[in-house]
Amino acid sequence: MALTKDLGFGPDEQLVRDQARKLLKDSVPVDKLRTLVARDHHEAYETKIQPASWDEGLWKQMIELGWTALSVPESAGGLGMKTIVSVALAEELGRVAVPSPLPATLAATVVLKAAGATSWLEKIAGGEAATLAVTPESGSWEPGDTDVEARAAGGGVTLHGKASFVQDARKARLLVVSAKSPAGVALYVVPVDAPGVTITPDRIVDLTRDQATVSFDGVAVDAKNVAAGEGKGKAVLEQALPAILTLLAADACGAAEWQLQTTAEYAKSRVQFEHPIGFFQAVKHPLVNVMLAIDRAKSLTYAAACAVDEDPADALRLARMAKAAASDAAAFASDRSVQLHGGIGFTWECDVHLWFKRQKHTEQLFGNATQQRAHLARILEAAL
Amino acid sequence: MSQRPDTQDQAEFREYCRRWLEENRPPAPSFRLPIAPIEVSSEEQRQYLCAWQKKCHAAGLVGTDYPKEYGGHGHKGFQAIASQEMGRAGVPFMINVIGLGMAAPTILVHGTEEQKRRFLPPLLSSDEIWCQGFSEPGAGSDLASAQTTVVREGDNWIVNGHKVWTSLAHFASWMILLGRHSKADKYNGLTYFIAPIKDAKGVTVRPLVKITGETGFNEVLFEDVIVPDSLRLDEVGKGWTVAMTTLTYERGAAEGAGSGGGTSVEEYVNELIALAKRTRRGAGTAWDDAVVRDKVAQIAIRAEGLRQNARRMRIEALTDHPMRIPLQSKVLITELIQDLSALGVEIAGPHASRYLGDPGAPDGGHWPHAYMNSYGMTIAAGSNEIQRNILGERVLGLPKSK
Repeated sequence: MALTKDLGFGPDEQLVRDQARKLLKDSVPVDKLRTLVARDHHEAYETKIQPASWDEGLWKQMIELGWTALSVPESAGGLGMKTIVSVALAEELGRVAVPSPLPATLAATVVLKAAGATSWLEKIAGGEAATLAVTPESGSWEPGDTDVEARAAGGGVTLHGKASFVQDARKARLLVVSAKSPAGVALYVVPVDAPGVTITPDRIVDLTRDQATVSFDGVAVDAKNVAAGEGKGKAVLEQALPAILTLLAADACGAAEWQLQTTAEYAKSRVQFEHPIGFFQAVKHPLVNVMLAIDRAKSLTYAAACAVDEDPADALRLARMAKAAASDAAAFASDRSVQLHGGIGFTWECDVHLWFKRQKHTEQLFGNATQQRAHLARILEAAL
Repeated sequence: MSQRPDTQDQAEFREYCRRWLEENRPPAPSFRLPIAPIEVSSEEQRQYLCAWQKKCHAAGLVGTDYPKEYGGHGHKGFQAIASQEMGRAGVPFMINVIGLGMAAPTILVHGTEEQKRRFLPPLLSSDEIWCQGFSEPGAGSDLASAQTTVVREGDNWIVNGHKVWTSLAHFASWMILLGRHSKADKYNGLTYFIAPIKDAKGVTVRPLVKITGETGFNEVLFEDVIVPDSLRLDEVGKGWTVAMTTLTYERGAAEGAGSGGGTSVEEYVNELIALAKRTRRGAGTAWDDAVVRDKVAQIAIRAEGLRQNARRMRIEALTDHPMRIPLQSKVLITELIQDLSALGVEIAGPHASRYLGDPGAPDGGHWPHAYMNSYGMTIAAGSNEIQRNILGERVLGLPKSK
């Protein structure tokens, strides 16, 4: 199958990306990010409930710019743009490491698109933040694995159980819940303030996100809450998986690029032994290796994004590769960013830990590099 | 899956290449063909491969984008298609690799009209084989410290010196040679020549034996060799600039006059999986081992990453610096081939102890042979350590290492 020459990244797509890059650069300078999430280490890690600080004004701007509507189909009031636009946006969000419900909302959008849940997509296009509540406490990322049960009750259904590792739950308005029933897995959309929903924040390492365990204690749902009926939920999640992996890979690529450029700048200014440390090959070559890892991950990420729209049969292979490569690049860039900053890099005062922690979190979401490669090996074997 | 959509003309040319390659694929020779052009050592290999290049040239798959007056076919943007299709067809490689990939583009950029008309046609057809005289015993990574002297005498230059790691010199008619006309200036003291090799008085070509036990590259000694001034490329003192043109092509950052054929990286990945699936380990096979599968998957990701880098490189909005991806390609491809060959050795286990010619060697001894040979590629064309300096300095803006 012949694929688009420009990977689907034409002038319209570039316009959105460049606008995002500029807005985020101007609105989230590093000192502002520090004030938001790392003003005080007691507050960050030792208060009874970990804060989930974010800039709601910036979120309103994102909505006004149409970022939640970008990948929503036109039939649901969105802009119907390509997957690569959301992916480019995710990369920019990773670059500034901004706390925002947008990454979770983009992932939820992908699932609701696959489900054809038009009325809920309309709400997202209108600016409702959403997040996936699809993961069990075991940490399995397999589509359809869930600890939530859907039980028939009277004429309707009630949800019981817990969803773990729910991203940015305290910033979201809507939960996309995976629940099992005797007839198979279904997907429901539930507002966070529905009776019976309790959000219990996790205490996490990453200061730029929040994460929670969400319990469903007989939450009543009806037909309007159904995104994918009983027995259809697993296939919907499988269909959405390549785009979810690609969005996460893009976040890691953006953050890794910040880590690379920041560390390279430091290597140009920090002088030891009468030279900026970047003069020494023990510093220069690892930085180049970080760049090689990032570029591999970026190329695979854009290719996967393009395949989601143009070559769905090949999308999972490329997305697994992209998430594996991006997770590895994230780990490597994080490692070198702290080490090459030397003593200062080990302190709270230095900015690199904010990205380091975001990367550690992104690496694990929907499967780390090793887990992606385990799946990939089976895909390669089947293609022989 | 193609990398980009073809225009109608390109699609027709691609179809022509496919059909031609299908109909003209040469029969497998009775002797072993080396895996890369720089290892061609026997006369029978040379004859077989020259005949094949000549045929490909006549059919328009080599020199495709070169002007007709220089022996080319006068197309634009078709060479990459021909090279891709030759790679895909898995046909033998082009023997005149130094000529096509380095000498031809350098002559095209820096040569006189006369030089282009004289040298390009027999280069493209492989009637004349080329070699490269850059490295010396004392000038490896620090190429600009070359000491081979060129001294002007009337209309001639007298060459004295010692070039090493010279692939194909034993078959070569001509060498692209970096010489020193002045010791006063390291870079501006260099001048670039086309030097006669075959039957030239004062030239001695001696084979160097590689760690694989094979010949294929050489050292070349020059003792008062006379080179007419008409064989100088570009101006006196411009040798370094001309050499940079050659290296840009050698390192794969630009498209030369033809390439293709040989085994693609994707095929090697598939061969690796096939090897793992048939290599017995305990009650099962090596492929049953999750660690082996993980390592193969890592290689597959690097191979696909290389392919997708090439695709992204053409989209300016998705690249952060114009030279960032092109300058990476040499490091990435050579280390990928090295690591995937090493993995083949690891998977084959004790069987990998068997070398070329042993009937029990997996894939005819390919894995240990390819692994040892891979060091030629990670060292040649500016060692990968030098490539990392260049990337760090030119792309990341780090201070220059001495």
